[in-house]
Amino acid sequence: MFEAILLTVITASTPLVLAALGELVTERSGVLNLGVEGMMIMGAACAFVAAQLTGSPYIGILAGILGGGIFSLLFGFLTLTLVANQVATGLALTILGLGLSGQIGEAFVGQPGIKLQPIVFPLLSDIPFFGRVLFRQDLIFYVSIALVVGINWFLFRSRTGLKLRAIGDSHASAHALGINVIRTRYLAVMFGGACAGLAGAQLSLVYTPQWVENMSAGRGWIALALVVFASWRPWRILAGGYLFGAVGIGQLHAQIVAQNLGIVIPSQFLSALPYAATIVVLIIISHNRRTTLINTPASLGKPFVPDR
Amino acid sequence: MRIELQKRARVSTLFSILSPLLALALTLLFGAIMFWLLGKNPVSALYSFFIEPLLEVWSLHELAIKAAPLILIAVGLSVCYRSNNWNIGAEGQFTIGAITGSILPVMYPAWHSPLILPLMLILGMIGGALYAGIPALLKTRFNTNEILTSLMLVYIAQLYLDWLVRGPWRDPQGYNFPQTKGFQIEAVLPEILSSGRAHWAFIFAIVAAVALWFMMRFMLKGFEVSVLGQSERAGRFAGFSARRMVWFSMLLSGALAGLAGISEVSGSIGHVQPVISPGYGFTAIIVAFLGRLNPLGIIASGLVLALTYLGGEAAQLSIGISDKVSRVFQGLLLFFVLSCDTLIHYRVRLIFAGTKTAEAKG
Repeated sequence: MFEAILLTVITASTPLVLAALGELVTERSGVLNLGVEGMMIMGAACAFVAAQLTGSPYIGILAGILGGGIFSLLFGFLTLTLVANQVATGLALTILGLGLSGQIGEAFVGQPGIKLQPIVFPLLSDIPFFGRVLFRQDLIFYVSIALVVGINWFLFRSRTGLKLRAIGDSHASAHALGINVIRTRYLAVMFGGACAGLAGAQLSLVYTPQWVENMSAGRGWIALALVVFASWRPWRILAGGYLFGAVGIGQLHAQIVAQNLGIVIPSQFLSALPYAATIVVLIIISHNRRTTLINTPASLGKPFVPDR
Repeated sequence: MRIELQKRARVSTLFSILSPLLALALTLLFGAIMFWLLGKNPVSALYSFFIEPLLEVWSLHELAIKAAPLILIAVGLSVCYRSNNWNIGAEGQFTIGAITGSILPVMYPAWHSPLILPLMLILGMIGGALYAGIPALLKTRFNTNEILTSLMLVYIAQLYLDWLVRGPWRDPQGYNFPQTKGFQIEAVLPEILSSGRAHWAFIFAIVAAVALWFMMRFMLKGFEVSVLGQSERAGRFAGFSARRMVWFSMLLSGALAGLAGISEVSGSIGHVQPVISPGYGFTAIIVAFLGRLNPLGIIASGLVLALTYLGGEAAQLSIGISDKVSRVFQGLLLFFVLSCDTLIHYRVRLIFAGTKTAEAKG
């Protein structure tokens, strides 16, 4: 029973972790992209359609990554090249993404999807409990764990990561040092888009293998909250993502348990729990003004026009 | 090829007026390409999308019905955005306003008094304002990001409405449909003209827009909004309080969204049901930006966006394209508006590979 619940928690948490990791890198470079929800749903639509057309979920994953990444370029062009307001452009990305994905997926509504099959590690997967939980997962799960480790190394151990953080903290100084601010930010935005797209692919290929309009259901926004929660650190994203995933799954189980016990809890109240939990967590994290100020990339959301 | 921006010495008046129009033109151009890709004749598709709904009296009434909530919400949001408070949860405030405003007709269906309608509208405004007060409280008290909290509250409001109309508020004689009893005639917002369905919400929208335009243009409060929005520090020196501005802008926009919500339920729907809005609260964000955050401009942009809703419905019937196209149109429009706004503050230069960078020096 516990193992089964844990497996569903992992499935529910992976898209949150992925999308939040991507946004973390974007925000570390000083760009606030509020379009995660839009990029995620675009990834979900592209992945599903590509998998249906080719019959291969792996091509679906690729399409999801590309869909999210290319879609994020639109945001990059507006905010980095044309220095448009980042908050407004992020909202535009979400609105457009929800519309476009509905258009893309319309012909595929109701079709049974192709589920991404787990990759089973021989021997390791025979370990009791851990083997089944950790070594019989699908590719996207492994990628999400690898990304946590990789991004942590990249940001805090590599030279390029240091440059990226420098840009996020003071783009003017970084520019003066000869670092190409705009190019780095473009790459960071695209990385964020690709991660959100992969998260979307997970939704339409693993979590619920079908296409439903608006199937991201606010997960992109929760991922944004997760970045604040994690105070811009990859390992905390992993912890926070699983916490949020557990709340989401926990409410489903609570509905069943309550039903068995004969207690009537309206399902809507339980469904609202993840959103309410997000608000509570945000309050706890941000009430200390000083720690928030220390952790937030200092030029987050500020426009940059290079002087020549 | 590269694109370089040069800051203009002063804001370009020409482009302030031209940029929304340019954005509209670009959206239409892209729309035409999109229709062509979908295998439709672009000219006739655009015609049935944007012109046909304007040719008949009844559809002009529908236009006013759809524009009213958009304008009401967007003028409130414009004050928020100008003061740098990012309320994006208007959809939730709309929903809560509809709920609190409907308490009287749902609880007291036998109360036939002319008092009921004004009370409903006031309750709707209070409900919307209180709901917007949550992110305001969290922002001022706990320093919590209002973008995320106001958005999370949208989902919660929608689930609450869903529970209400399927549970305690469901009409027992409603054949198990998840909706309340129809409102008594005194609780229905009256029509403006006898020629069609358009009701008083449109008047409220125009009054609100003009009033806020006056405030922003001629009153100290309006000046306070812009100063605090452009530089909180400068505002502090002038003795303005950013904290109070959070409250003012959030409560104001929440109240207007709540008014839009109860007006929609009372005037257009006549009862409460699980879904009461085709995303007005989110589309109003586009309306606010297309109107360049100017209340009078928002009247015009509200009508334009209302037309995309109507056009979507019309095009679905006449040329058989999905009504989701209107969402794509709305998203594209916001993109073009935001990119064209760059022209107001910057001179944009295209630099081709052959040109020397020395030329770009201004």
